[in-house]
Amino acid sequence: MNRNQLVFDKITIAIPDAIEEVLDFRGEQTLFIQQKHIKAVCQFLRDDVEMQYNFLSDICADDMLPDYPRFAVNYHLYSMPQNHRLRLRVRVEDPDDGPETVASVWAVATWLEMEVWDLMGVRFKDNTSLRRLFLPEDWQGHPLRKDYPLGYEEVQFSFNWEDIDAKKPYAKE
Amino acid sequence: MGVEQKLGSMGIVTYRLEDLVNWGRTNAMWPILFGLACCAIEMMGSQASNYDASRFGMELNRPSPRQSDLMIVAGRVSRKMAPVVRRLYDQMAAPKWVIAMGDCASCGGVFNNYAIVQGVDEIVPVDVYVAGCPPRPEALINGFLTLHEKVRGEKIKDWA
Repeated sequence: MNRNQLVFDKITIAIPDAIEEVLDFRGEQTLFIQQKHIKAVCQFLRDDVEMQYNFLSDICADDMLPDYPRFAVNYHLYSMPQNHRLRLRVRVEDPDDGPETVASVWAVATWLEMEVWDLMGVRFKDNTSLRRLFLPEDWQGHPLRKDYPLGYEEVQFSFNWEDIDAKKPYAKE
Repeated sequence: MGVEQKLGSMGIVTYRLEDLVNWGRTNAMWPILFGLACCAIEMMGSQASNYDASRFGMELNRPSPRQSDLMIVAGRVSRKMAPVVRRLYDQMAAPKWVIAMGDCASCGGVFNNYAIVQGVDEIVPVDVYVAGCPPRPEALINGFLTLHEKVRGEKIKDWA
């Protein structure tokens, strides 16, 4: 039996309405999970004897700005005993009311969720250590969002050189 | 060498103190040991045997800012790194100089974004800018020589 199919069937039996949609690209499976079920699905995938997804490779987030829901969070799982990779994808409607933390399933999720919050601003429920990880502690905003300004400083050309130069904060001794 | 003819019978040579001090400063200018990105590889290259920065008395990189005279900012400085670079600069004992090596350190280079300081002259006063991405060792050595030129014209009392 195809392993992707097995994963789908077992989740469907264990948590019947968890899977919204299945995406299969060249044998690489992505399961769209309902936000409220993500923790239960992760717990199941780690503990079930046929699944054994004991390694959480990464958590990352997408910003699909004109679309709704705007954010999606991806969980990249790996089962070392079964040598199989799986991606779970959760659509997030409100980034301040994000999916529940999976830190109780894989402890590393604390850090990965911290990174997602730092750069993309998706707030994971019950993760108590969401703070600045890569950015300076006094940073405002979340720079990987699409509505964050792309450039930092206007580019200097000969016609606007002096204007920008006058505003540039040069260091004093 | 010919120099012994200038000694005279008393073994004393008169010279301007300022020129002598500046000559001493240019010929043993120890850089602080840190590199931030790919420019650091070229900086190491200019100090290794092919380009041999020991010709200028700067083969010795000091890992302590207290013992170093020159800061070569080799690479892009992120906004999180900026306070660290400034702190290292503040810890260096005067006289001290700064070379902004490469485009990123000089003006941000290709990284015109939220994360990178648009030129280290925003956080430390820069003496010499070296262009290039990354600059070849020849360019960095030209930067050293330009700095030496500047130091030779300095007044001692400006550092006092």
